[in-house]
Amino acid sequence: MRWFKGIILIVIIALVGIQFIPISRNISKNVPSADFILTYKPTERVSEILKTSCYNCHSNNTDYPWYSYIQPVGLFLENHINEGKEDLNFSEFGNYSGRRQKSKLTSIINQIEDDKMPLPAYTLIHRDSKLIREDKRVVTEFLKMLIDSL
Amino acid sequence: MKQLISILAFTAILFIACTGSTKKENEQANTDTEMHQTDDGLHHDNGEDMSHNDQEMGSDKMGHDMDSSPITVQKSQTTSVAINAYLKIKNALVADNDKEAAIGGKDLVNAFDKIDKSSVHAEKMSEFKEIIEDAREHADHISENQGNIDHQREHFEMLGTDIKDLLAIAGADRTLYQIYCPMYNNNKGGSWLSTSKEIKNPLYGSKMLTCGEVKSTISVK
Repeated sequence: MRWFKGIILIVIIALVGIQFIPISRNISKNVPSADFILTYKPTERVSEILKTSCYNCHSNNTDYPWYSYIQPVGLFLENHINEGKEDLNFSEFGNYSGRRQKSKLTSIINQIEDDKMPLPAYTLIHRDSKLIREDKRVVTEFLKMLIDSL
Repeated sequence: MKQLISILAFTAILFIACTGSTKKENEQANTDTEMHQTDDGLHHDNGEDMSHNDQEMGSDKMGHDMDSSPITVQKSQTTSVAINAYLKIKNALVADNDKEAAIGGKDLVNAFDKIDKSSVHAEKMSEFKEIIEDAREHADHISENQGNIDHQREHFEMLGTDIKDLLAIAGADRTLYQIYCPMYNNNKGGSWLSTSKEIKNPLYGSKMLTCGEVKSTISVK
């Protein structure tokens, strides 16, 4: 029984310990002029969908949920956000070259139409981020129009 | 003291159990989508798509090429290594080999990093750089997505456009054919480059190996 208590104690210490690991938060006060919504001014509805379902991991501003302050959940999320931004950052979208913008838009449309994005793991927790058929239609329609205009 | 320890232990176990189950659910959700995709893929194979495919093959046999826009590019070794790597990815995807495609992707990233810019005209330099930047990203995705061949194919399709534009600026060392399959990506269509007119479709692989027709010949002068 003594060894069991020892293990439990170590686990508790470890769990408490990792709460103190400092992580940098993805929050930027100023919205850059290269921001996708600012640059291409989609309709209110499209903007809202993008903000709710995409911007948390694909922009310089994340609206953090309460559990992100508990480790190791927070570390896991931070890792996701960094990977997401590397592939697509709506805050920097206007800085991409025209060719790259088209590539990104094509990829976004494919990912949305194939239900690969937003990530199932994400919509499981953020119920409101799940895209219904009509959401997908208005967003992809806007993006397709944008590709043709670029 | 004993009580305190057991309360703490209980909390810890509860915490571990909670995070553990979320992860599992996430994995479950991921598997579900993957299965869903596979279903979609299979769906393409049967029914009307197939009969459409037969028609395409028929027209090919009769020799009706769609080669409507031949392009001539300058003879150059600048893009040789990149073309080799591109074709390596293409052949791997024809053979449904995601691992080999990933290796090809890595080769292509390296090829772009070492590409010789000295023969590119100054006024074409910014376009050249943009193409390389975009294409390098596609190659990088292909190299990182071993195990997800659909995603590799998606980037490979976009990569083809970049490579074609790159050859127009920087030249090529061999004749290439741009081949087009109208069925790819829910009938949006997709194309790729090949050294042969024989149709072996890398966008579908064994699922629909013969979908495609020569759309353009890129020849070297």
